[in-house]
Amino acid sequence: MFGPLACKPGSSVNNKTGSWRVESRPVFLHKNCIGCKMCVTVCPEGCVSGPGKNAMEVDLAFCKGCGMCALICPKKDIEMVKEETQK
Amino acid sequence: MKELLEGSMVVAKAIKLCRPGVVSAYPITPQTHIVEHLAQMVADGELDSQFVNVESEHSAASVVLGSEATGVRSYSATSSQGLLLMAEVIYNIAGMRLPLVMTDANRAISAPINIWNDQQDTISLRDAGWIQIYAEDNQEALDFHILAYRLAEDKNIMLPVMVCMDGFILTHGIETVDMPTQEQVDKFLPPYKALYKLDVDNPQTLGPLADPDCYTEARYAIHATQKKALELIPELTAEFAKVFGREYNGLIEGYQLKDAERVIVAMGSVCGTIKDVIDELRQKGKKVGLLKITSFRPFPAQQIYDALKNISKVAVLDRAVSLGGGAPLATEVKAAFFGKTRSPKVISSVVAGLGGRDITKDTVKDIYSMLTQKEKACEFMDLKPELLKENYE
Repeated sequence: MFGPLACKPGSSVNNKTGSWRVESRPVFLHKNCIGCKMCVTVCPEGCVSGPGKNAMEVDLAFCKGCGMCALICPKKDIEMVKEETQK
Repeated sequence: MKELLEGSMVVAKAIKLCRPGVVSAYPITPQTHIVEHLAQMVADGELDSQFVNVESEHSAASVVLGSEATGVRSYSATSSQGLLLMAEVIYNIAGMRLPLVMTDANRAISAPINIWNDQQDTISLRDAGWIQIYAEDNQEALDFHILAYRLAEDKNIMLPVMVCMDGFILTHGIETVDMPTQEQVDKFLPPYKALYKLDVDNPQTLGPLADPDCYTEARYAIHATQKKALELIPELTAEFAKVFGREYNGLIEGYQLKDAERVIVAMGSVCGTIKDVIDELRQKGKKVGLLKITSFRPFPAQQIYDALKNISKVAVLDRAVSLGGGAPLATEVKAAFFGKTRSPKVISSVVAGLGGRDITKDTVKDIYSMLTQKEKACEFMDLKPELLKENYE
């Protein structure tokens, strides 16, 4: 008998880490974004994507809410908001 | 062919016959000769293996974990402190279901430092998920290594096997053994084909994180597989007998049990001494016997129950102790009778032979005599009270 032992590449997409997010989530304001994609590079989950200027998005199914994207954004165009607030 | 050999050479030759692709080990008394012989065989071109020299036992275990993970039959050997240094990796090898075979030359644990034989080292790792087989003599040590690879690599088992042999008593003891031919071993032990492995052409992750959703199942699977091994071991030993002509039960072995009134339960080389004492006492009409435990993991509780249920008095001899608790083998033998209808009237527990103190025929006779008295719990044999009076004020 075997339990879970091995997994194929790409299996982390099955692991929806968005449920780990307890405090706040990033909101992309799409006002002053210059499309530098620093948010893409810094995201530890690799869940920020988009074509460029004022069009970047976060996949909340995987975002753990660490806030690195908001911290690194040179235009302060990403804001961390409390989970319970609507924005 | 019959050969007169040192126990370590017996093991090295057995491993050579099993054709491991990778051998990695760090020398430690009394295991040293085993891996010295193997290193020599590799250097002389007699054994087509990679011998990986390492800086510690932790690294040796890590190397063979890695080579097993790539689907290569591997081997290591250690003892005592070396096994404890490996401990973290030992658990991982079982958890990753890698069918490694390793020899432990049983030796006491520090402190005080002691290089002589007892079984505290392997007993301390009984919970790691490894199958643990204890050899009584060098012929068993030889045969159990061949059996161990077959058992470990069975596609229904896939668990590592630790062949435990008493340090010095067996590893440095010179005995005649019947050394099988390469043809016989090849017939019994086919080349290893891994069910899953690290492979650049078919990439996968072995040993990934298991969160609370699935960790329990990974552990349960090992437990259930250990129970499965209880059924498989007698099947494999029957097949072994057909190829090699030597019969083993593989789980337990009874000696003069049929009409016995007083029985010792023990593991390892001491069983040879006990058998000699039985022969002497039987000539005097004493109804004494032995139950040898070969497989400590999986623990053959049902087989032990069946073998001892009609025996009046039993003493369990441990060469290890769970300090502050009890003697490990005795605890589990007693548990085998809990809640059952039949049971020996007395199950005494004795601890003997720690740190290489000889278990002599007189010690064994004392244990049988003790069985005429009331039940003893964790009784240390041959204790020297004068050494307990040290005063450091």
